[in-house]
Order: sequence, then structure tokens, then C-alpha cells
Amino acid sequence: MLNPHPDLTPSVLVGLGWFYLVIFLMNLLWTIRSFKVDGEYRSGMPKASVWAVYTSILMMLSFYHFTYPVEGFMFSMPVAFKDFFDAYFSNPVLYFFLTIVGLWAMIQFREWWTRPTVAWVLLNCSLIFMTLSLTDYDFRQIVGKPDNVPIVAMLFIVAFFTWIYFSRAVDNDRRIAEGRPLFEQEDNEKVLVWPDLVYTELICMVVLTAVLVFWGIALQAPLEEPASSMKTPNPSKAPWYFLGLQEMLVYFDPWLAGVVLPSIILGGLIAVPYIDFNKTGNGYYTFKQRSFAITTFLFGFMPLWVALIVLGTFLRGPNWNFFGIYEYWDVHKVEAANNVNLSEFFWNGLGLGIPKGAGVGDILLRESPGIILTIVYFAALPPVLGLTVLRKYFVRMGVLRFLVFSNLILWMAILPIKMLLRWAFALKYIVGIPEFFFNI
Amino acid sequence: MSVGDYIRNSQIWKSVFRHPAPTDRRNRVVVMLTNFFLHLHPVSIKQQGIALSYTWCMGGITFFLFLVEAITGVLLMFYYRPTLEWAFYDIQALRDVQTLGIMREIHRWGAHAMVITVWLHMYRVFLTGSYKPPREFNWVIGVLLLVLTLLLSFTGYLLPWDQLAIWAITVGSNMAKATPGLGTEGPGFQLFNTSGYELITNASDAKFLLLGGRFVGEATLNRFYILHCVAIPLVVSGLIAIHFWRVRKDGGISQPL
Repeated sequence: MLNPHPDLTPSVLVGLGWFYLVIFLMNLLWTIRSFKVDGEYRSGMPKASVWAVYTSILMMLSFYHFTYPVEGFMFSMPVAFKDFFDAYFSNPVLYFFLTIVGLWAMIQFREWWTRPTVAWVLLNCSLIFMTLSLTDYDFRQIVGKPDNVPIVAMLFIVAFFTWIYFSRAVDNDRRIAEGRPLFEQEDNEKVLVWPDLVYTELICMVVLTAVLVFWGIALQAPLEEPASSMKTPNPSKAPWYFLGLQEMLVYFDPWLAGVVLPSIILGGLIAVPYIDFNKTGNGYYTFKQRSFAITTFLFGFMPLWVALIVLGTFLRGPNWNFFGIYEYWDVHKVEAANNVNLSEFFWNGLGLGIPKGAGVGDILLRESPGIILTIVYFAALPPVLGLTVLRKYFVRMGVLRFLVFSNLILWMAILPIKMLLRWAFALKYIVGIPEFFFNI
Repeated sequence: MSVGDYIRNSQIWKSVFRHPAPTDRRNRVVVMLTNFFLHLHPVSIKQQGIALSYTWCMGGITFFLFLVEAITGVLLMFYYRPTLEWAFYDIQALRDVQTLGIMREIHRWGAHAMVITVWLHMYRVFLTGSYKPPREFNWVIGVLLLVLTLLLSFTGYLLPWDQLAIWAITVGSNMAKATPGLGTEGPGFQLFNTSGYELITNASDAKFLLLGGRFVGEATLNRFYILHCVAIPLVVSGLIAIHFWRVRKDGGISQPL
């Protein structure tokens, strides 16, 4: 196919050159650190020499971009890789599955990946991957949108702070196991707020002002055509921080995805301090002492909030179809959707045929399997859980707290459950009463 | 006597600053107690409690961004007219011709940054267990501030009145008409519409309340402008004051017990 886009113009290459220059400078500092800290191999060669070689390659790459030989430019993401990535990684199922696996691995291997060298290698991998990807026209169109830049930044920032959390939690967990005082308890004398805090605040404010001014100069705030109620853009997207909720519209009707679930997220957040009966872990970083609370929160924050925002922003194109990161947003891409209601599965499966009739009784009979399932899920499951798997929690929480807690957990689980049902059985609605806009 | 000393000994200077420069221990205590802006802080504090690797400074940064938004926002209000006739072209002029048009960029990027820093602040507070007793209620106020931050950003999103703005608000506000009981495309509104009398229609439901009309139009622009510039900032300011006050009253920055 003919490439319709003018690709890799000089300005793009210079921009990428700056990217590599920043990565080069970061690794220069890292090489110096490594020379001081990491020691030598058995042959007597400093371990920093590996970093030195890598750093020099980055420098050469940067200069190569600045001198932009537009004809026959050599250093871009291979087309074969892009095609492979778009073909095998471009679907919401794998995306969601990978975020869950990522969360599990993050927790499971926390002692490994929080080691500075490992974390630095991971950071470099993600930066190089992103810079290479930026040589792709379609990737650049989406990631480079001024409004999307903060989301890319957010990914790295969230990863950075998650790293801080896990490295300090791993450290504290080790201290607790060995009976030593916590990190926060060492060198914890009282100091005067002037100068120790007010100067930190002042520096923060100065740096932040500089960042905002620089950001404002470098990137122009978006302004599209004047508003017109006639021309609907495709895709129409909500502001980026609501795109996780908009993504839920794939699986739930607006009354659930747009109203009930957001309310429950907020209600659940408010309820957190009142249902967490664990007295430990107050005022310091730990994982082991609060593994359930932390895991639940991370599950809600990473795969169900941040990852869905990324999905909604970068991977959902026209008609809310899923597009690979290197894929052209084709308005005519067609995705077959033959989703079936639970009631159809049930009545047709029994060979009885779907009950007809528009009366309330007929509708309730038609949807009875879904209604019963829903009632069992929200009303019968909490006591069952409380007497079996979550017995420990039930005993310590008391009835009311436990009911709130278990219902919040069940509400949180309905999104992954509905996703799995959709992907596995093409299930549309568990309860489908379009007559009253009551679809679950 | 140097000029500096002369100024510092003048009646005017002494009427503003009630104590000598905070260079010794006593005056470093006094400055915290007598200065209005500094009295939010305690006089002394645990060293690890203010370590950047512990607090991430995210709450403070969020507050600073709120101030940046307030200042740039007021400056923008001098230029911007929230009417169908002018809204878009005023923003365009800010981009193309106005001298301090960069205020719009700073305002928008600051708003994005503020949403992120609020999340990171909550993330840190959760990870350090700082919502636990005695700080439960301050966490609740924090959640309310999160909602209001998102609403501030959402209402501001409409004001440039370009395609990006109205369609984002259209997508967002379409959710309102699915509100159970209160929206014409949500379950349960029929309960209010019995015996031939229609209480919930598309001219009286939750979406209409939000937009001031059946679709995003001039009434919506006015409504969102007032919400964005006056109503929500007032509520946020009040809640921030309570939030800070409670931080102090609940024992300051959290630390191991």
C-alpha cells in the first residue's frame, strides 16, 4: 500500500534527536553513579564500562538524528515488528490480560525489579521503545496530540512513584522481619519548619513554575474548529480522565457505566477508612502488613483506572474500535459484534424459545435467569463469602462493615466479570430489559 | 548604617514583619507563629515526615497548582467572553495575538497536571496508610476535593467552544440522561410519569439540569462558566481550608505511631 503520510520530516528527526540527547544525559549521570557504586567484574573491568558503551551509542544516535539524512534514514522501528505488534497485540482481551499479569508480576517480583539497576534497565527499555515507536506516523499522531502528552507523562510518573513505594516497602518489610526499626523511624529528629520545610516548598514552587512556563511555550493548547452541532467527530471522546468510564460503556449501559459505577467508586473510596480494620501500616510504607488492602487498591488504580484511560485514549479510534499503536485510524474498519443476551442463551438452550409478550410479568419471566443471578450475586454471595473464604474478615468487621465491604468488592469485580463474559460468550446483557432502559 | 538596615529598622517594615529576620532559632519559631501564610505549618516537624521520598510533595503541589489556576484563570477572565458569538474567537485571539496568551497554555496544562497530582496525592496517602484513624474524615474531604477537581476540569473543558470542547461535554453529559429515576434514558424514570402526568421529560431531567437545555448550547456555556469560575472554586477553597486545618488537628503529616 502506498504510504499516504509524509513521514520523518526534519523537524520530527530533530525532535527525536532531543529525545535521545535527554536519554543520553540521563545515562551519563547513571554511568558516573555506576562507576562509583557498582564495582568491578572479576577481570577488573568496572561494571560501569557497559553503561559507558551504551551511553556513547545514545550520544551518536542523538547526533545522527540532528544531522538528519532524510533520504535513507536508518534508525526507525522495523516494519516487521510493527506489523507483528498490530496483528497480535491489538485487541482489548490481550491488553487487559497483560495489565493483570503485569500487576501480578509487579507484586510478585517486587524485590527484584525495585533494585536500582533493574529499574533503570526497565526505564531505558520503555524510553527506547517509545522513542523508536515515535518514528511511526500513526503512533506520533495519537501520542503527540498536545492533550495526550500529559497522559504519557503520567504513565512514567505513576511508574516512578510505584517504584518508590515498592522499594521502600520492600526495605521496611525486611526491617520488620529482622526486628530493626522502620526506615521512617531512623534519623527522625524534630527539625524547624523554617528552613527545612519552607525552603523545600519554595524550590518546588520555582521548579513547577518553570516547568509550566516551559511546557506552555513548547506545546500549544489545542484549539480545533469552532463548535458545530452538525459535525460529529468520530470518535467523540470525553475529557481524558473520564475515558476509563467511557471505555466501560463497551460493557455496560450508560446508567451503570456513567452514573452508578462512578458513584460506587467514590462511595467506595469514602468508605475505605471505615472498613479497613487493619491497625498496622499507618504512617509508613509496607506491603506485607497490608497486602490485601494494597493489592485491592493497586488493582483498582492500575488495570481498572490508568490502563483503561490509556486504552480509551490511545487505542480506541473511530466507532470506538480497537486500533494497534501503529495502526492507521481507519473510519471504515468493521468489527463484527453479534452479542447475545443471557435470556436468549437460557431459553433457546432449553429449547423452549424466548417468552414473548410485553406485559411486566412476561418481561420478568423472560429475564428471570439474569435477575436471579444478579440477586444471588449481590445478596447471597456476601454471607456465603463471609462464612467461608472471608470468614476472618467477617469476624473482625462485624455485619454492617462486612456487608459494605463485600458489596464494594463485588461491584469492583463486575467489570472484569462482564469483560470475560463478553469475550468468552459474546454476552450482551445479563438482564436485558430495554423496555425500561434496565440493562445489566 | 547600611540601606538594608535602615529599611529593616523603619516603622513601615516593622509594621509588616513583627520580628527580626529568621536567622536564629528563636526568630525561626516566631516567624512561623506570626506570619499568616506560614502559620498553616507547625513550628517544628519530624524530619522523615517531610522527606520528599515519603510525602512526594503531591498535596502541596496540588495546592500550588490550584493557586496557579486561580491566578491565570482571573487573568483569562479579563479577555474571555462566554457567549456563542465571542467564546471561540476570544480563545483564538489569546493564541494568535494577545500578549499574555500563554496564560491559556499554562492554565490548561496546569489543569491536566492538577488532576494527575491529586491522584498521586491520594495514591501516596493510601500507600502509607495515612487515611487510618485519626485521619479518616480528612480522607473523606480529600475524596470530595478529587470530585471537585474533576468537575472544575470538566466545566473548563467547554469554555474554548471548539469541536473538542462541545463534543467532549456532549459525551460526558449524555451520561446524565441515564441517571436512574432522573433521566429519560435511564431505568426507573417511568415511576414518576404515571397516570398521564409526565414529571421527567427531556426538558426536566438530570441532563437538562446540567446543561440548562436539551443540548449543549449558550445556556450551557453560561452555566459552565459560572460553575467553573465562581461556584466550584468557592466550594473548593472552603474544603481546602478544612482539609489543611484537619491535617494539623489530626496530628500533622502521618508518621509511624
